[in-house]
Amino acid sequence: MNAAARSAPLQRYDVARIRADFPVLSTTVRGKRLAFLDTAASAQRPLAVIEAVDRYERSSHANVHRGVYQLSQKATDAFEGARTRVQRFLNAASERECIFTRGTTEAINLVAQSWARSRLGPGDEILITWMEHHANIVPWQMVCQQTGATLKVAPIDRNGELRLDAFEALLSPRTRLVAFTLVSNALGTVLPAARIIAAARRAGALVLVDAAQAVPHQKVDVQALDCDFLAFSAHKLYGPTGIGVLWGREAVLRDMPPWQGGGDMILTVSFECTTYNTLPYKFEAGTPNISGAIGLAAAIDYLEGLGIERVHAHEQALLRQATAALTAIPGLTIVGQAAHKAAVISFTLDGVHPHDLGTILDAEGVAVRAGHHCAMPVMEFFDVAATVRASFGCYSDEADLAQLVAALGHAREVFG
Amino acid sequence: MDLKDLYRDVILDHNKRPRNFGALEPADARAEGHNPLCGDRLTLTLRLDGNRVTDIRFEGKGCAISTASASLMTEAVLGKDIDSIDGLRAIVQRALTEHDYAAPPELGKLAALTGVREFPARVKCATLCWHTLAAALERSGANVSTE
Repeated sequence: MNAAARSAPLQRYDVARIRADFPVLSTTVRGKRLAFLDTAASAQRPLAVIEAVDRYERSSHANVHRGVYQLSQKATDAFEGARTRVQRFLNAASERECIFTRGTTEAINLVAQSWARSRLGPGDEILITWMEHHANIVPWQMVCQQTGATLKVAPIDRNGELRLDAFEALLSPRTRLVAFTLVSNALGTVLPAARIIAAARRAGALVLVDAAQAVPHQKVDVQALDCDFLAFSAHKLYGPTGIGVLWGREAVLRDMPPWQGGGDMILTVSFECTTYNTLPYKFEAGTPNISGAIGLAAAIDYLEGLGIERVHAHEQALLRQATAALTAIPGLTIVGQAAHKAAVISFTLDGVHPHDLGTILDAEGVAVRAGHHCAMPVMEFFDVAATVRASFGCYSDEADLAQLVAALGHAREVFG
Repeated sequence: MDLKDLYRDVILDHNKRPRNFGALEPADARAEGHNPLCGDRLTLTLRLDGNRVTDIRFEGKGCAISTASASLMTEAVLGKDIDSIDGLRAIVQRALTEHDYAAPPELGKLAALTGVREFPARVKCATLCWHTLAAALERSGANVSTE
């Protein structure tokens, strides 16, 4: 027996046992088994997360960073413990670099309003890609209006891949920031992060990574990536809504002004002069989402307990099966056929509008997203008003896929 | 709740073969409607003789419900005056949203759309054309939105 086989016994990925961890998956929809295929919009929560939040609410809640009493200390310890958990999850150099936000959207807005607004001006450029979610487009448009900077967009090709040559041609000494998604939410494309970041570095630009769709599927290491900012949301990662993280390189964060004022982000306040708190609290004005942070830490524990690589392998196997099964359906077109994809399939069916398809699939217990996926430029590029998107998570199984394929057959019958 | 209630034969027929599809040029009134949720877009053009709609066309991209609703609407309002169109619009609005509403006979073929009552996410698909028509008749020319 070789060393690898001894140290890592290959365990079967027991999806039935994993499904049992998610109470909602045993519910029915319109009398049908629920086939939840909208994990890319928001993942379901395992009992481990539900119970961690419940335990906190029942026995440990008080405001953080304030009270001298024991309960407040308990809450503070749990909240700061969650931050340390995030730091380890991202392999951040320090927990001071991990700022709790409402989610990816707020994290990106923080960088736009604090970093970009305070230092960009006419002649400066921000470079994004055509594949971005609206959350990685609109905050930059807003700050460009405020500062006179220019937003540049790197194009994609018909497979839904970033055109790296065109991306690199758009980089120049004027490029101050490159902001891109690791994984496209609408198409599933996994972007070539190492090449993008290395090119941005050569141009002297800072790099923000939208990791919302990436963290549930792949190990994300901010030091290995060599980016400056990275944002993600807990609810795509089997955690609660309303909580997410902005990670930033400490040297960069230290020089940034606060963006929201209030309690917790100050050291002293007088009407003449206020001094701001240190990192990360400088960017966390007001009472934070304490139970959300605790739920996020529990979600990270859960996912790492399953093993992100094993979850990824399971999802990729399903993606291959799903791609083969859907390709075989006459009139069905998969939108986004990149070589490297997360477990997301966007598609259209001839003669059936995605919205009608969404309703028909729902009647069969299949929950999918039908719409523009908050990525209207992507829809415009492929000249479709909308697509149907099926996305897979750690609990997705072959029965979900079979139910989707059967429901698509039913849609064909309805529309003739 | 049954899909057959939503996708009745009349709806499927009007979706496949929309009536009064196209644009009038010149037109006495026009408006564009947009449903930001699903990206549906609709352009209405009308010819008027005084208060009466003498011709009407619609064009755009949309789901079966919004296409059939617009097609049925053009048939229902053709030849009617603005006051009776306003009355019909109010009847349609109630028939598409209120469960216990006993619609008067004026609803006619538009009754095929009442299945959307059971699908709240789809009501806006059916009402988009009526909002657009109201805007066109006000001669505002302004875009209307279902939001």
